[in-house]
Amino acid sequence: MNIVVCVKQTPDTAATVTVEGGQVSWGDSPLVLNPWDEYAVEEALRTKEAHGGKVSAVSMGPESAKDALKQALAMGCDEAILISDEALEAADSLATSHVLVAAIGKLDSPELVFFGKASVDSASGVTFAQTARLLGQPLLSQVAGVTSIDPDSATITVERLLPEGREVVESSMPAVVSVTKEINEPRYPSFMGIRKASKAEIPTWGAGDLGMDSVPKAKVDWPEIFAIQQEATSCEVIEGETPEAMAAKLADRLLEEKVI
Amino acid sequence: MAGNIVVYIDHVRGDAPPASWEAIGAGVELKAELGGGLKAVVLGKDVKALAKQALTYGVDEALFGEDDRLEDFRSEAYANALHGQLGEADVVLFPDSARTRDLAGMLTVDLDTGLITDITGLEITGGDLFATRPIYAGKLMSKARVIEARPALITLRSRTFSAPEATGGGEPTRIEVDPGEALTSVVELKPSEGGVSLTDAAVIVSGGRGVSNNPSLEPPSDITDEKEIEIWRAHQGFKLVQDLAGVLGGAVGASRAAVDAGYIPYSHQVGQTGKVVSPDLYIAAGISGAIQHLAGMRTAKTIVAVNTDPDAPIFKLARFGVVEDLYKILPPLTEALRKRLGK
Amino acid sequence: MDFGLTEEHEMVRKMVRDFAQKEVKPTIKDWDIRQEMDPKVLPRMGELGILGICIPVRYGGQGMDYISLGLACEELEAVDTTLRVVMSVHMGLNSMALLQWGTEDQKQRFLAPQAKGEKIAAFGLTEPGAGSDVASMNSTAKRDGDEYVINGEKMWISLATKADHFLWVAVTDPEAQDPHEGMTAFVVEAERDGVTSGDIHDKMGVRAGSTGWVNCQSVRVPVENRLGEEGEGFRIAMSCLDNGRYTVAAGATGLIRASLEASVTYANERTTFGRPISRHQLVQQKIARMVKDYEAARLLYLRAGWMKNQGQRNTRETSLAKWYATDASFEAASEAVQVHGAYGYSAEYDVERYLRNSKGAVIYEGTSEIHTLIQAGYALEMRKDAGLRCELPAYDPEAWQSEPETAAAH
Repeated sequence: MNIVVCVKQTPDTAATVTVEGGQVSWGDSPLVLNPWDEYAVEEALRTKEAHGGKVSAVSMGPESAKDALKQALAMGCDEAILISDEALEAADSLATSHVLVAAIGKLDSPELVFFGKASVDSASGVTFAQTARLLGQPLLSQVAGVTSIDPDSATITVERLLPEGREVVESSMPAVVSVTKEINEPRYPSFMGIRKASKAEIPTWGAGDLGMDSVPKAKVDWPEIFAIQQEATSCEVIEGETPEAMAAKLADRLLEEKVI
Repeated sequence: MAGNIVVYIDHVRGDAPPASWEAIGAGVELKAELGGGLKAVVLGKDVKALAKQALTYGVDEALFGEDDRLEDFRSEAYANALHGQLGEADVVLFPDSARTRDLAGMLTVDLDTGLITDITGLEITGGDLFATRPIYAGKLMSKARVIEARPALITLRSRTFSAPEATGGGEPTRIEVDPGEALTSVVELKPSEGGVSLTDAAVIVSGGRGVSNNPSLEPPSDITDEKEIEIWRAHQGFKLVQDLAGVLGGAVGASRAAVDAGYIPYSHQVGQTGKVVSPDLYIAAGISGAIQHLAGMRTAKTIVAVNTDPDAPIFKLARFGVVEDLYKILPPLTEALRKRLGK
Repeated sequence: MDFGLTEEHEMVRKMVRDFAQKEVKPTIKDWDIRQEMDPKVLPRMGELGILGICIPVRYGGQGMDYISLGLACEELEAVDTTLRVVMSVHMGLNSMALLQWGTEDQKQRFLAPQAKGEKIAAFGLTEPGAGSDVASMNSTAKRDGDEYVINGEKMWISLATKADHFLWVAVTDPEAQDPHEGMTAFVVEAERDGVTSGDIHDKMGVRAGSTGWVNCQSVRVPVENRLGEEGEGFRIAMSCLDNGRYTVAAGATGLIRASLEASVTYANERTTFGRPISRHQLVQQKIARMVKDYEAARLLYLRAGWMKNQGQRNTRETSLAKWYATDASFEAASEAVQVHGAYGYSAEYDVERYLRNSKGAVIYEGTSEIHTLIQAGYALEMRKDAGLRCELPAYDPEAWQSEPETAAAH
């Protein structure tokens, strides 16, 4: 099976993120493979181990995103490709999806394209839906388990984790799959994988290489980024004649303040 | 900007979350600023009642599209059915959910427009509609807008806007919809087993050393050892904690003191040497608030403290405090919430 | 001079760090309190290849370099010293000695299963009556036909009850003019008749580990188990220490870092006299000292690792790194407890465990006093390194990473 996994490089979630003059900064904290994408990479690798084939990791980002791709290679992906182009700097998720679709088109007709649930920076969580729609392929989102894959009949059955329960869904392949963290435990890179990854050459494709004469203009921009003012909490003491009265008042306050 | 607003009513087989009505609330506010019309649209198998309910919240028109193929939410089918209805819209508001993100995501492709998800604020500045949303796990906020495209698709975080008063009325309008081919099929839905993990829980109710402090609670006659009595009392206290957590759909946590004293297993420990949690609501019962514990829960959005000691450090972090015995407060609190949440 | 770590080194560091932080850290305090070793640790370290990290692939290892070993030890000890102790005895004192002195047959029989984590290795040099004074040891090995008969008791042996293979040093020539020429090294399998072992509890630190005694009562080992020549035992033991000490130095560096990080976190949270204690200068002084010691210790062990990669004799540099890092880690842990005040004195926080663990390292693998004399010896030219018949192989990435030849079976 040919499998593609789309990944992103993000700041470490432990980083202190600040903004100055509209520029976001994470200090010395390292940039990492988006934690949600690790589950996607792991599932792609497990699928390959079960059914044979190859896993290609693809990322759209700046040159530094090669480090995230190296992490994916070290975990065991067979190849990694970076898509980088100045024209893509202000891309919104729809533009990103167009680009990913063009890249997927250049890879041997993957049966499955894996995504993580969202990226920890912008966290829009829609790129996989847009990609599926552009590809005209079924979307399997919130996937917490792959029940079965049959490459011969080109079908896949998954369990989706919804608030109301686990929905078992079947679809044909090729398909786009977005996974949640319940699906697996991502592996550590092996030492052999680390060696291979550090030696690997990761090609960079620009818009031209993707056969795109022009890059779709972003339809969303975010002209302002700011930090939230930390308000000093003052405790509102709930009073009442009886414990029952206090309890009722607290319940009311919690609902009024939309805490629950 | 012009102001034709559409509100998408999200639901699961006819069951709409409060967030859908909150979205109408947001629509009503926007309409007041923009002028223009406010429509609601709902799709499904049997959804006329939902459309009628939308009208009570003050939309000008409520459209409903029914088809057997729309019984289960399937993003492709719903997108197929919906995109033809949005030609005149300037803004489409969705309550945020995994369903609506998938749906709205697909609509951006169909309509070649922009989508902003999980927003916590809407404002009109200089003729543009700005949506405020948290980024970097809420460490920063951004103000985003849809540019050079219509309609602007926006999903609204729940419990941010308020549903209007349900005083309106009227008859909904049926629309013809074509869901097209479904690309996926539902085999079955296995209901949730319950049991929320501590680190994922949106609500956590924690018990501390104080849970065993109820001298008037008589243990069964076969328990005579002092330590065993203490633990038995603690278990009774934790039952109250569990009940409250249950009504809120939350998880049970504990302070290190409670774990060390043997009241509850280590897996429930919240703190620097237990689990670090960041729920929307953290209720600390009988917990003094040692720095070790605070380090594990200080980033909770709202902290409620119940403790007989008014000087307990936990009150410094709490938004709401009750200076009273947890044995006296937790049961009526559980009941009061059960009534108000309709459980 | 490039002081940066390669991409490969960074990935190695991250991998070992993630393993230690995610899988060991959550429960290590409980194991420490119980004075037991978590049974998952050794198999997991074996599975992940950490137990064979700097052994060539054709001997069952991962083919990484000696700096990777150091980086791994730093990350392991930052969580708990017992993890690094595993590397010190299994890799530093035993496996690397086989790599340096072993015959091809011994490498296949002993080193390969060790590197794969199939067998656990330990080091038997110290005796109840012989620590710093190695040459005064009592254990004997008498040649009898094509076997040696080994008698003796070793003590303070890490992984005594967990190891499958011991590198055992014993006196083969009690009449030798110079007792340093009368010792020989052997590989003793724990399953041989006459080998018994037991745990030692109630140590001040390293409680989540396994320390014990091993006794050989007329244990017969074939000549093929002798490591090196008769009479080379002392020299082999000293070269083992060059590698064991290296892991201790790297590990102690990790302990300094853990003390530093804990102190910075706590100092920013705890307030006294109206402000976080990080604003008080005497607390700042402690933190600054830890930074200084961490950076210096780190450079010292990395240099030693680099020299090993180059195939350069590094006895002096490794001794210096071990001495510096371990003394500094004891100081750093003590100051970390001080920064935490009464909370540092309680097991609620990790720093008292760091302090208890750190004390062991200034005693084993050469006490700080021994290292003081070693360094003075080099400086005053009273001590010189004699050449070794077998040197620790320099790091050769191609040779070390090539798969074993599928030639005819031995």
